[in-house]
Amino acid sequence: MKLRAGRFLKSTEFYLFLVIAGIMVFLTVLTEDFFSVENLFDVLMSYSFLGVMAVGLLVVLISGGIDISFTATATVAQYVMATTLIRHGGGWWLTFLIPIAIGITLGAMNALLIYSLRVHSIIITIATLNIFYGVLIFLTGGKWIYNFPDWFAQGLSLFDFAAASGKIYSFSLSIIVLVAAIAITGFILNKTSVGRQIYAMGGNTEAAKRVGFNLLGLHFFVYCYMGFLAGTAGLVQAQLVQTVAPNSMVGRELEVVAAVVLGGASLAGGAGTLLGTVLGVALIAIMSNGLTLMGVSSYWHQVVIGLIILGSVSITAFNRKREEKRHAGIEV
Amino acid sequence: MQGSRSETQKLKSLLSLRTDPGSRYLVVLLAALIGFFSLILPGQFFRTANLQSIAFQVPELGLLSVAMMIPMLSGGINLAIIATANLTGILTAFILTRFIPAGAAGAVPILVIVTALAMGLALSFLIGLLNGWIIAYLGVSPILATLGTMTLIEGINMASTKGYVISGLPEPVLFIGNGVVAGIPMPILVFALSAFLVALVLRRTPLGVSIYMMGSNEKATLFSGIDIRRVILKIYSLSGLLCGVAAIIMISRFNSAKAGYASSYLLVTILAAVLGGVDPFGGFGKMLGLILALLILQVISSGLNLLGMSAHLAIALWGGILIFVLFVNLLRERLARIKV
Repeated sequence: MKLRAGRFLKSTEFYLFLVIAGIMVFLTVLTEDFFSVENLFDVLMSYSFLGVMAVGLLVVLISGGIDISFTATATVAQYVMATTLIRHGGGWWLTFLIPIAIGITLGAMNALLIYSLRVHSIIITIATLNIFYGVLIFLTGGKWIYNFPDWFAQGLSLFDFAAASGKIYSFSLSIIVLVAAIAITGFILNKTSVGRQIYAMGGNTEAAKRVGFNLLGLHFFVYCYMGFLAGTAGLVQAQLVQTVAPNSMVGRELEVVAAVVLGGASLAGGAGTLLGTVLGVALIAIMSNGLTLMGVSSYWHQVVIGLIILGSVSITAFNRKREEKRHAGIEV
Repeated sequence: MQGSRSETQKLKSLLSLRTDPGSRYLVVLLAALIGFFSLILPGQFFRTANLQSIAFQVPELGLLSVAMMIPMLSGGINLAIIATANLTGILTAFILTRFIPAGAAGAVPILVIVTALAMGLALSFLIGLLNGWIIAYLGVSPILATLGTMTLIEGINMASTKGYVISGLPEPVLFIGNGVVAGIPMPILVFALSAFLVALVLRRTPLGVSIYMMGSNEKATLFSGIDIRRVILKIYSLSGLLCGVAAIIMISRFNSAKAGYASSYLLVTILAAVLGGVDPFGGFGKMLGLILALLILQVISSGLNLLGMSAHLAIALWGGILIFVLFVNLLRERLARIKV
């Protein structure tokens, strides 16, 4: 137990936690609006779909791969969902079923290509990103979709409550999905055999193969799960902004990669925690929100986020280098 | 008789067709695509206008792809290429539009133009150097380091222009992107010269050898007495400089600079490099393969454009072609193993 606590104090998660706590205290003192239910709920709502995709990407990174195509998957999913709902109608179950089915199908295509072509997943998913997105725009002409049915505009909510200002806030679709995605992923990674196999495959693929893990099956699981979450994120984003614009998510894939990496996941596979990823997304969300509240022009947000990413990866790398030097020896 | 055979062998090996079966397949693919489009577009595909428009369009993506290819050969990657090119373009365009006095003639505008171009290239070189420094001396992996600088520089681009376009460049600068010399468009001349010089560096200099060695085995390269850190600095500054050259062509063709130009090219450059036979883990890949890949991509998009199809279908087909080529490569390896 003591050892665990010691390790936690040295971990990326702990540093991130400190940084986030520091920023939150700073913002609470400096701005009136930051530490209010309204604001924190707004932040949570507007970053929910990024969080859902980040959680899915974490699983892919742990498995030793990477997925670049998930933004295209999400866009295809929400496009088909929106078109079907508007043209043919349907209820909530269809609203969930369509994007999830599309996400899983496209994920399965990725898995099959990555496994059978024996080429690194970054290359395959760059290709499939272009294919998914190109075909979608070719077939639809890239038109924006508005005028959703009323029930879709109202959304879902578990329970409502009134904030101090009298405005009604609800435990809405975005938040339900985000919490569910985190819970399910946490369960899979930590409590199931598949989860441990994913870590093992990412740590050492060859060893995992020789132990007798079903690598094809694991590939299918990982990329279909990413597709499943990407499709769901597409639904959440469409419900949040009540618009489906084909270019609203594609192009932001590296932003999600950055958030996950900020949370300590390794691009080499085998390492990364759910807590880290959640904190990574939270850091970016709170930072952007804080800058807005302080009246900093949104043009500068990315400069700050870039500096945070550079600082974080540099410190991590530098520490590792120093650590390696301390334990330097001749390895043969 | 023998002389002529060795001559053709020399020519073949110079084109690396003999040593590199991958390029041979690309030549076949390119020929097939050209044949296909000239059959269904009789008299249109081979028109000078179409060939010239291809020659105007290849260089931008081409220079950026070379900028991506060099780090990839060493086992790295440079995700900041587009951001670098845009920042360079913005700085150059800013100087060009602000510092030429109205109505000035003679030496002053020329001096400003030369300064602007030099400052732009110097900036792109410095950004590359910064990338190299972070990777070599702080030990950050290339993908993370350049992901960070990409985000930072994109932010600077947005913040410095507030999303506006800087337009209205002086006439002589427009010539670089739009001029024609002896029937050949200027951009293709710039690209050919840059590609030739880079190919020379890769194949004929110690730096080139070190780049390929690093891509194959970084530790072995270090233990063979090569100062890896200096090599990394050179790789990324060269990559940055090429982004600068691409930026000059880009602002000249668009007659403007803006934060988001060419942002969709980032992943396409990786696609082009891999299609051209560059191993994503480094160590293998040649300039000829990259050029063939670029031509294949451009022939597809020009052909579809002439057919009146959307540019997005071309993007989808690019992805499809890459997967097809990877599939053929896999089959070839399997067949080779069976033969042995």
